[in-house]
This record gives sequence, structure tokens and C-alpha cells, in this order.
Amino acid sequence: MNRIVVPLALLLFLPLFGLAAPFLFSGNEQLTTGTLSHLWNFVLGGYIASTLVLILGVGVGVFILGVGNAWIIASYDFPGKKLFEWALILPLAVPTYVMAYLFVDLLQFSGPIQSTLRDLLGMDSLWFFPDPRSLSGAIWSFSFCLFPYVYLITRTAFLERSGRLIEVSETLGYSPLQGFLKLVLPMARPAIFAGMALALMEVLADFGAVSYFGVQTFATGIFKAWLSFGDRIAAVQLALGLLSFVLLIFFVEQSSRSKLQYASSTRSKPLAKSLHGKKALFAFAFCGATLLCGFLLPAFALLQLLIKQGLTIDIRYLDWLGNSLSVSIITALISVVLAVFFAYSVRMNSRLSWVNQLLGFGYALPGAVLAIGILSFLEIFQLAWWMSASILVLVYAYLVRFLSSSLQSVEAGLARITPSMDDSAALLGLSRGQILKRVHVPLLKRSLITAGLFVFVDVMKELPATLLLRPFNFDTLAVATYQLAADERLAELALPSLTIVLVGLFPVLLLSRVISKS
Amino acid sequence: MALPLHAQEAKELNLYSARHYQTDEALYGDFTKKTGIKINRIEADDNALAERLKSEGANSPADVILMVDAARLWRAQIDGFFRPIHSKYLESRIPANLRSKTESDGSTWFGFSTRARLVVYNKAKVNPQDVDTYEKLAEPMNKGRVCTRSGAHPYMLSLIGAMIERRGETATEDWAKGMVANMARPPRGGDTDQIKAVASGECGVALTNSYYLVRLLRSTKPEDQAIVSKIGFVWPNQQTTGTHINIAGGGVAKNAPHPQAAIQFLEYLASDSAQEYFANGNNEWPAVKSVKIENEGLKMLGPFKAENVSVAAIGKNQIAAQRLLDRVGYK
Repeated sequence: MNRIVVPLALLLFLPLFGLAAPFLFSGNEQLTTGTLSHLWNFVLGGYIASTLVLILGVGVGVFILGVGNAWIIASYDFPGKKLFEWALILPLAVPTYVMAYLFVDLLQFSGPIQSTLRDLLGMDSLWFFPDPRSLSGAIWSFSFCLFPYVYLITRTAFLERSGRLIEVSETLGYSPLQGFLKLVLPMARPAIFAGMALALMEVLADFGAVSYFGVQTFATGIFKAWLSFGDRIAAVQLALGLLSFVLLIFFVEQSSRSKLQYASSTRSKPLAKSLHGKKALFAFAFCGATLLCGFLLPAFALLQLLIKQGLTIDIRYLDWLGNSLSVSIITALISVVLAVFFAYSVRMNSRLSWVNQLLGFGYALPGAVLAIGILSFLEIFQLAWWMSASILVLVYAYLVRFLSSSLQSVEAGLARITPSMDDSAALLGLSRGQILKRVHVPLLKRSLITAGLFVFVDVMKELPATLLLRPFNFDTLAVATYQLAADERLAELALPSLTIVLVGLFPVLLLSRVISKS
Repeated sequence: MALPLHAQEAKELNLYSARHYQTDEALYGDFTKKTGIKINRIEADDNALAERLKSEGANSPADVILMVDAARLWRAQIDGFFRPIHSKYLESRIPANLRSKTESDGSTWFGFSTRARLVVYNKAKVNPQDVDTYEKLAEPMNKGRVCTRSGAHPYMLSLIGAMIERRGETATEDWAKGMVANMARPPRGGDTDQIKAVASGECGVALTNSYYLVRLLRSTKPEDQAIVSKIGFVWPNQQTTGTHINIAGGGVAKNAPHPQAAIQFLEYLASDSAQEYFANGNNEWPAVKSVKIENEGLKMLGPFKAENVSVAAIGKNQIAAQRLLDRVGYK
């Protein structure tokens, strides 16, 4: 087992070695020196500060939205619950950069809301109206875009927990809030942190949306070093700096799991309490407002742009769609298989736990930085022509970047299978393979589908690595969206963006069916 | 795994293009119709293409590389991405100031179209005499009025690189300081966003690439016409050094597997029909002087005096430009 696990993990870690290549192989003519000290002297402090504020803000945002909605949906019955249950996953289908375009377009000075208000009030400018292109605008937009990571994983944990928790808390004389804080929240902590880690890593790796908001983060510094100063080495050094942020998130996430065996020993249907009156209204309003901001408004704005365009369909549209679907499906399938393999190897042999932490790094690397790593690596072995010849390199890049998200999901699922189940199965004479097939897979089904869904949707949305590594004539929906945005044709990118959103809906519907069946 | 693309027979052309214009489809389709040569394309921004070319090295399948910024063309030349070529046709069609110096082994890159960086102002708020040079934008009278896109964008860096060449680094840094002091809001968004912000009154004056303005001038959409009705534009520095222009162009890749097709494609880009497309399809000025412009929007802009700074100088000053922007806090 180890003979396969370690080389395979290292293969997926190669781009990081590729990043180090400029240090190892001399002969890289450096155009400039002192890029780092220049950045450090003038801008880096500001980048670090705004990065910290951004991840703190988004962390709080996705926690409130993700856990709040997950708890309401998992524990209560109220009008509209059936719809919200699956609809709250929809924001995942909206790429962060599209959300940024729409958020700003709607709320900026020259946008419809501010213009109308100015006319109504007869004012030249609304001093009290916050600027959407700001750090706080970015926090709002990211929170509504990314909370489903927390929602999905946490709700799965709530659903699979023993339904007796509420009863227990009532027996203990706790109020619902006390029960939630003292019993439920600690139990779901690994799931909540796994979801938050995913969301925050996405924020750290983001460049398109943050630059649109005019927010300068650590990723800005990496791009500045690389593109404005043409200094690959400084860019790599900064990328390693970015990884220290990731390590921080990782550390918090891992330590939240350690020493705690969260597994409920009974599997009973969770009992959802019926809500009436004011309470039902509150539940409806909370979920409704989240859905409105996270999905309905952006989707409506896209539809409006599309109608303005007069519904002309670009002739290349079907190519974009086909390309996006093929790479997304291929990558999702491979990554679920790999995630099961790695998660399971670590379960069998806890000394290998470093492997999964290693693989987690890919997710936090900005796509462009990852792509530089892959380029450097291909350069060393003179294999760069592979890029033009097939989608192999592209799929590999996606796996490096997104395997961690499927891994998180599978691990969170495995964590809920008690060691005693394994022991009893082993006592019954089942081999390890049989335990996996007959005990774990049925219990893990939901987590596996969630894992595949994450990767599928992530690949659909992925942009920077796709731009750099794709073969000839291989434009995806995300690439088309980006090219149209670069050409400043916002109205025309409505069609490819909306398609990314709609295609993302299918796996969501599939997932919701699995959930309602179970 | 397929064979390397080199091993395949010509009748096709591998194009690395940083042009990101939807209207270019027509251009490529026309070439294929005329020659029977199929075009394989990868489009990404200049820097991404450069990184890819660097990594591919001698195995690169690229035949033709197109860039959309003078400094990037110069950089690509310095990095040795281009193969020098002799083409009587290209040398006769493209003016000397729009292509690389012709050495004994030929020229490395040719410009096929140009765009200018001009000033757009809000007619109700700003007097055009106050904003008719790049220098005046940084003067105290324009406090709280100025908007630009991020200084890190290639279009801005080239403008500032040219200014460093004309006025020296210290004077340019002072100018950038003045710009930061005059900003109505921090730099953000694209050029079209700047024009919209001027029309809405959020900004009094902004810098924009010419083709974004022409696109709005030609648009039949009511919301675009409403924007146009509120703005005026100025050709900056007409009485002094001339308006800053930038070049889109390209050359044959160093290790092109289809060098003949590559030269054929470049010559096609200098032909009348392709040059007319640049003017009429994408609102750029054609490099070939004799080409007829049928574009009402471009005609509205009229003739202007262009700045004369060498591409090499703009390219060399890129890093100095970015550093001085960082020093003065120009985002």
C-alpha cells in the first residue's frame, strides 16, 4: 500500500517542486533584483493586512450563513424547507468572478440602485452608500458565494448525527440555543472547519474577483512580482509566503479534529421539529434571504443581461460547453477514486497522515502559480508540448488543485464511521477490501457524491490554470467568460456565465435526490 | 499520446494570440478561406503566453505570436521568442516606427494596428481646457476628479514608461503622486468602467483606450447612447508631445514548425482586407496608411498628433514605471 500511496502523493505534489526549480536550476537570467525588498518596503504590509481582514470577514460570513442554514434545514420543518434544502447549494454554481461582476454592476455609483436613489433624493452623490468595490464588498460577495461549502458538509454531519441530540438537550433542560451551542456545534466542528477551510482557501487563491473589487491581497503581490516585474523567483517566494497562511488554516482545522472521536453510535432518522408562526417565518426569512442574495439576484441579473443581448447565441457556444463538461466529468471521477484511495490509506496507517496534508496544499495555490509550477516542471523534462497535444496536463492540474476538496469531504465522512465498526467487521472475518466495499461505501455514499460534485463544479469554474495550460482550440465556458470580460463585453458574458451556473445545477439536483432518498 | 505537432504536415498554423477581441473570428476565418490553411489557436494574456513559450522552449508548436502591447512585444523580442524574417511586402506596408528595427537577418515583429490613450471628461462638470494634457490631470485644479484603471495594467505601464522617457523618472514620479492625490476613487475596473463612471458623475475625468470609446460611440443601445451624451473627449498633449499610442502586432515564432504559413499569415494581416477589419471590426487604427477607414466612430475622433517614443524605450521603462507607482501608492 505505502509503495503506491507515497509516490502517487508525490506525483500530485510535483508542481510545488516545479516552483522550486528556479532555485535549483541556475541559468535563469534575472531581469531585476530586489523585487522582494521593493515590494516589502512599499506594498506588502498592506497586502498582508487586507488578506487577513478578508479571510477573517469571509470566515465569519460563511460560518453564519453555512452553519445557520444547515442547522435550520436539518432540525426543523417549516414551509419551503424542501425547496431550501437543495436550493441553498446553488450559489456554489456561481463563479466568484461572475458574482463580483454582478455585485459591483448592481451596487456601484453608476449602477441602477444608486442612480435611482440619487434621482429620488436629488443628491449628487450618496455619501452614506457603501462602495461595493471595497474590502467589505468583497467580504459580502465571497460569503454569499462560498457559504455552501460549509452548509453542505455541516448539514451532512447534522443529518448523519444521532437524531436524539435534540431530545438529549431537552432532557438536560437546555434551550434550543444552549443545546445547539453545547452539544451540536462541538459535534459538528470537524465538518464546519473542513467547509470553512475550503472556502477560505478559495479566497486566498482568488485573483480575478479580488482585483475586480480593487482589493489588493497577497495574490496581488504574487502577480505583480511575476507579471509587472517579470521575476518568477520572487513570485515563487511570495507564493511560499501565501502557503504560510494556508498552514495556519490547516493547523486550526487539524487541531480541531485531533483527539476527538466524533462518531455517533446510533443511526436513527433525525427528528425534525415542526415550526409554526413567528419561528417558521424567521426560518423562512433566514434561508430565503440567503438564497436571494447568493443565487436568485445574480441569476436574475444574468438573465436580464441575456435578454438585453437579444439572445444571440455565439456559434462557438457548443464547443465551450462540450469542453467544459468533458474536463469536469473526467476530473471529478478520477478525483473521487483518488480521494477514497488516499483517505482510506491514511485510515489504515495513521503514520501516513502527512500525505493528505501535503495534498491539501494544491487547493490553496492560486491557479496561476500552480500553472507556473507545472510549466517549470514540464520545462525541466522537455515535455511542454504535451500541453498542446492533449488535455492530460490540464486534468492533472485540476487534480492537484481540487483533490483536496474531495479528500476533505471523504475524510469528514470517514471520520463519522466508528473504529468499532471496523473492528466488528474484522472480527466477522471481512478483509480490508470487503470492509471498504460492504461497510464504508454504503455509509459514505453521500460524502462521495458531495466530493465529486465539489470537483465537478470547481473545474467548471476554474480559470487561471485553464488559460495557461489548455491545448489548441480548447476554450471552456470559463475561458470564454474571461475573454469577454477582458474585451469589456459584460452583456455578452451572460450566456457562458449563466451556462456555468445552469450546468452546476444538475449535480446539485442529483445530490438533493440522494439526500431526500436516504 | 499524440505525436508532437511538429511531425504533422503543414496546411495548418499554430497561433498564440493575446488579442482578446470577439470580432477577430472573422479575420481568422477569412484567412482560412483564402489559403486553405487551418488555424489552431490559443488565446491568453501576453504574460501567460510568454510563460508558456518560455517553458516550451525549442519544442514550442507556436508559429505566430500576437501581442497587444508595445512593451510586451519588446519583451518577447528580448526573450528571443521571435525569428527574424525578411518580407518585402511587410517592409513596404508597415511604417518603420511600427515594427522592430530591421537587422541584417530581418525584422522580428510587426505592428498591425494602433490604439491611443485619451482623456474622457464629464461635460457638465469639467472644462476640457483643464484636462487637455496628461500632465494637467495631476495638477491641484483636478482634485477629486480623476479616475483610471489599475496602474499595474500593461496599458497604464506603457503610458507611464513613455512618460519616463519624455520627462525623466523624478518628474514622472511627481506626476504619479499628483494623480493619486487627485483620484475620485481608488483605481479599479476596466476602461469601459472609467467611461461609465465619468458619465454618471462619479468621476470628472478618466483615461481610456480609444477603441472602448469608439465602441460606445458606435453602439445603438440606448444605455450606451445615454453615456455618450454626457461625455466629451480630448486628444491629450496635442500642443506638446502628442497623444500616447500603443501597438498590437506580432511575429514568427523562433521554432515555428510551419514558417511559410506563418509569414503568409503575417502578410495577410498587412493586406487591405485585414487592415480594414482592424479599423471597422475592432475600432483600431490600421498600421497601413493607405487603407480606407469606413468607421464612423473612428472618423468622429478625427486626426491627431501621436507621441513619438520608441517601443524599446517603453519596454525598458516598464519596471521603473511599476516601482514608482508602488512608491507613491498608485494601486
